[in-house]
Amino acid sequence: MDQLLWLAQHPDLGAALSEAKRESDAIARLGMATRLAGYRRDFTHTTRLDRLASEGLGAIARGDCTAPELQPMRIALLSSHTVDHLVPSIRVAGLQRRLACSVYVAPYGMYRQALLMEDAELARFAPQLIVLALDARDAPLQLPLEASQAEVDAAISERIDELRLLWRRARERYAAQVVQQTIVPADPPLFGSFEALVPAAPFALIERLNAAIREAARDDGVLLLDLAWEAARGSYGDGLAEPVRWHQAKQLVSPNLAPLYGEQLARIAAASVGMSRKCLVLDLDNTLWGGVVGDDGVDGIKLGQGSPCGEAFLAFQRYAALLARRGIILAVCSKNDLSVAEAAFKHPEMALKRSDIAAFVANWEDKAGNLRRIASMLDIGLDSLVFVDDNPAERDIVRRELPEVAVPELPDDVADYPARVAAAGYFEAVSFTPDDATRGRNYALNAERKAAMSHATDMEGYLRGLEMVLTATPIGSAELARSTQLINKTNQFNLTTRRYSEAEVERIASDPRSVTLAIRLTDKFGDNGLISVLMARPDEAFPEDELLIDSWLMSCRVLGRQVEEAVLDVLASTAIQAGYKALIGEYRPTERNGMVAEHFARLGFTQRPAPADASSETTFWRLDLTHDTPSRHFIEVKA
Amino acid sequence: MTEADVLKELTAVFHDVFDDDSIVLSPEMTANDIDGWDSQTHVMLTVAAEQRFGIKFRTAELESLRNVGHFAEVISKKLEAR
Repeated sequence: MDQLLWLAQHPDLGAALSEAKRESDAIARLGMATRLAGYRRDFTHTTRLDRLASEGLGAIARGDCTAPELQPMRIALLSSHTVDHLVPSIRVAGLQRRLACSVYVAPYGMYRQALLMEDAELARFAPQLIVLALDARDAPLQLPLEASQAEVDAAISERIDELRLLWRRARERYAAQVVQQTIVPADPPLFGSFEALVPAAPFALIERLNAAIREAARDDGVLLLDLAWEAARGSYGDGLAEPVRWHQAKQLVSPNLAPLYGEQLARIAAASVGMSRKCLVLDLDNTLWGGVVGDDGVDGIKLGQGSPCGEAFLAFQRYAALLARRGIILAVCSKNDLSVAEAAFKHPEMALKRSDIAAFVANWEDKAGNLRRIASMLDIGLDSLVFVDDNPAERDIVRRELPEVAVPELPDDVADYPARVAAAGYFEAVSFTPDDATRGRNYALNAERKAAMSHATDMEGYLRGLEMVLTATPIGSAELARSTQLINKTNQFNLTTRRYSEAEVERIASDPRSVTLAIRLTDKFGDNGLISVLMARPDEAFPEDELLIDSWLMSCRVLGRQVEEAVLDVLASTAIQAGYKALIGEYRPTERNGMVAEHFARLGFTQRPAPADASSETTFWRLDLTHDTPSRHFIEVKA
Repeated sequence: MTEADVLKELTAVFHDVFDDDSIVLSPEMTANDIDGWDSQTHVMLTVAAEQRFGIKFRTAELESLRNVGHFAEVISKKLEAR
């Protein structure tokens, strides 16, 4: 089956693989594998790619070396069926998403033992993600076919209780994020369409069980690999599971489809460490409407009701508008005169409004340069962009010039654009909070604030005029999802860039010796939402009455408003109350966080020597809390 | 497709699956003669061969494919029957 259709076709991937194999340096081979993993590939190519990468990945996993563009990720697969054939596909899909995955496969069918008993090997592996891949044949619900709905529900709730116990153990024992795979129906129907009306019919049972799994997962902070849903939607073509493969090797997922399975797991892994894409950049002519607005005029473009083609473009616009509602930033990158391009947004049938577009670039310069501009306008990395353009030549140039930007291959028919963009899984989420829903509006408000700033005569007047109110609370259950999200996706204003799963954040926050702060900011233009997170804890490298700031990060949209000064105020008073005498600041430089290199110096910390085992680039800072520190900001603080 | 052609194409399948272009197949070879030809790679071989030749093996045929000669023979028969 054709799969990974959004990836570009390589002219001869087999030959490129044979060529790359001749490279003698393992890390160089890994680099080649990472580049080639971005092309469309079947399972044989994928297995060869994995071999090309394996020595380099092994070296990274052992800590012998690092590859700066790859983030290490440890995934444990606990399954009730054979999954070994899926491992190469998971690792290669990881490479494509800039993850250096090591995958641990628990012995076949031993998933309960791995979680309920001490498993020294799994503990040593220290998984960040534990995937529970179960199937319909494993521990079937023992019910007579004539069982009532109540009996079915009782059996299902017992099964869910067992799953929840496993999830809890995974969190407690390994501090791992759990990913639960939904159950793919295995049996052919017994009753035909009547199937779902018989409570204990195999298909009805699995449906009910999956519904219960989804609900429990939502309550318990468990992520889903919703294989049942993907199978039902037809993502896997005719069949995810081939009976012959089950009989031959107890494989639930056919090897043919392993690349797609690996991709679906890898995108969840990437999302869990904040590596999903953030911004959809759209071309205009023949992407958002039919025709060329510069030639055809606003009235001449094909858009909206009345023609099949106009409706198809409208449907794609609606999909983009919905993505914006869930927090994906929209941008435009088009070869057009700016005034002509903007005028098109006055077309009465446009589903996207000019105000939905956070960065609007229309000119006659090359698109690679314009995409760079868009990234800097929005303060996000090129690796956060997805670029959708109907023109294959433009796609090709952007792929060559900016390999970090995701550029999906598009189907011939615009009617299939929404499904293609969705299938590529660029925007995989691990949470959805009210802040996401208002992000688009926040970008618009930010533009207004920038305008207000240019009117204000001086900085102080501007800041006072914003009427800012900062609220700081410890990270509790209400702040957990959004805080974790921010921890994992903030790159620029981030002092240590430590990534944590929800379970790990919860563990730090619940330690009575730690101080954690979730910070919200409102101003006269509206609520900015949760914009900053700070986690501090005692550390054995420092005296016990000194508090190490383990993580401090802030959304760039509130930069330059003295929020950090106000946060320091709250932190200092909380720390003093808890009996601490000093704060220790830590700055770990990355490619992206240069803007905070002098953060602690600006706040009045003095540099101190690094502890013996710290990396050489990391700097350490100290602030004595026994002297009063003056606060310089114009923010009303509620803590 | 002649038997020789089938064996040539099948050799390419083995090269891909084992990522080893030095493998030379002969009809009398079995799983014991090739390093790494275990039950897991056997599934890979059957699936890769299905893809390459555009055929489908029956469950009953799978075991006989552990011998290269039989492997090629089953493929030839399937191609003829089309």
